[in-house]
Amino acid sequence: MTGKVVTITSGKGGVGKTTTTANLGIALASLGYKVVCIDTDIGLRNLDVVLGLENRIVYDLVDVVEGQCRLAQAMIRDKRFHELFLIPAAQTRDKTAIAPSDMVRLCDSLRDEVDWIVIDSPAGIERGFRNALAPADNVLVITNPEVSAVRDADRIIGLVESEEKGPINLIINRINTTMVKNGDMVSADDVVELLAVPLIGLVPEDEAVLVSTNHGQPVVLNEKSKAGRAFLNIAKRLNGEEVPWLALDEKKGILNRLGKFISGGD
Amino acid sequence: MEIKGIKDGILVNLENQAWQDVKDDLIEQIEEKKDFFLGARLILDVGNNVLRAKELGELRDVLADKGVVLKGISSLSIVTQETAQLLGLTAKVHQGKKKSRNKMKPLDTVLAGESAVMIHRTMRSGFKVAYKGHVVVLGDVNPGAEIIASGCVVVWGKLRGTVHAGAEGDEEAVVCALDLSPMQLRIATRVATTPKRDGEPQPEIAHIKENQITAEPWQY
Repeated sequence: MTGKVVTITSGKGGVGKTTTTANLGIALASLGYKVVCIDTDIGLRNLDVVLGLENRIVYDLVDVVEGQCRLAQAMIRDKRFHELFLIPAAQTRDKTAIAPSDMVRLCDSLRDEVDWIVIDSPAGIERGFRNALAPADNVLVITNPEVSAVRDADRIIGLVESEEKGPINLIINRINTTMVKNGDMVSADDVVELLAVPLIGLVPEDEAVLVSTNHGQPVVLNEKSKAGRAFLNIAKRLNGEEVPWLALDEKKGILNRLGKFISGGD
Repeated sequence: MEIKGIKDGILVNLENQAWQDVKDDLIEQIEEKKDFFLGARLILDVGNNVLRAKELGELRDVLADKGVVLKGISSLSIVTQETAQLLGLTAKVHQGKKKSRNKMKPLDTVLAGESAVMIHRTMRSGFKVAYKGHVVVLGDVNPGAEIIASGCVVVWGKLRGTVHAGAEGDEEAVVCALDLSPMQLRIATRVATTPKRDGEPQPEIAHIKENQITAEPWQY
């Protein structure tokens, strides 16, 4: 088994990195893969909460790196999927507690045991981001259809490219279908055109995401949710499956054009 | 590549390897051994490489940025020797092998040109180029990217970042792009922003006209 490392990053905070990591982790596990999610947001950990595993943390990422525990001890098994694990971040330390080389070593020792290693990156472009990027085989850049998030995504893509990491794929999260219809929102088309990286996911704005986050039950478990289905599709595409795009009630023609861009971009 | 100290400075023998490769190697070496090269006077033996003013001038500028003085070029190629002479970069290592030949002044149709950097990639947010000379970008310049040039700026793509041409006061400097929509455009001491526009973008050129920056469609 040679596990692949996917790093989820965005630059800007609050665009949905942790939500995506949790949902992608669960989606991959539900497809039958063995998955480890790693939270690298040391000092501001969240992934444990979103996955609903907060109360099980004994050891964390920093403990593993510092040799305070064995790797297996810090891997928290998910309640729902027995092939899904979380390595939580330390809450009482900061980003300098680990180095990019530590992450590379940690992921290399996990690769033999799992199919996917999904890394949740902290916001920003400093040490935490470098830690999360160092071991990546795939980079998923999350953005919202909003000027400031797109600007930060562009910066992040530039940094990822100069580190020669990738392939880079784009996820546009929180697309508000009514606002797009009324022309009040930056269109997914414009985002893809500016960022010029292949799209792997379009996730609609969905109240179910917030509700499920608060309950520690990622939305991908909710089959009725459009956002949940979008995350599942991302997991499938990550595995090389061709999945048709969900109709998001966008302006007619947009999705067709996006589709063209995607096939041209690969 | 062979590096040794000689009486006049540091002699770097690039032998006969291809110029582009060996040039990057040299710069990498200099970056790695900053302390050794800082303030050094460099004599370069470029073997058979045929180098023109643009390449040598560029190298001299890059080296100068890193605190290294390019003092001399030694070469087996007559073209390179002439270029070096033109730029005042004379050195005597290969002179013994130099063939004597009848000198005839060439007709004056070879342009020396001006120094420029070429950036063959899209400049994303956070990337910056500052250059004493002209800047050419083959790709887009995204919002949040910055170009500062003492000369002109040419973008073969969409220009949406910040650009300053004639940064040292040259009011004749121009900025042109296939889609000229910079966040902010400065020429010499003037500043302009892009007005809201409709329709398909077209190639435009911006320059100072009657004391303000004016963009006009590119006439060809």
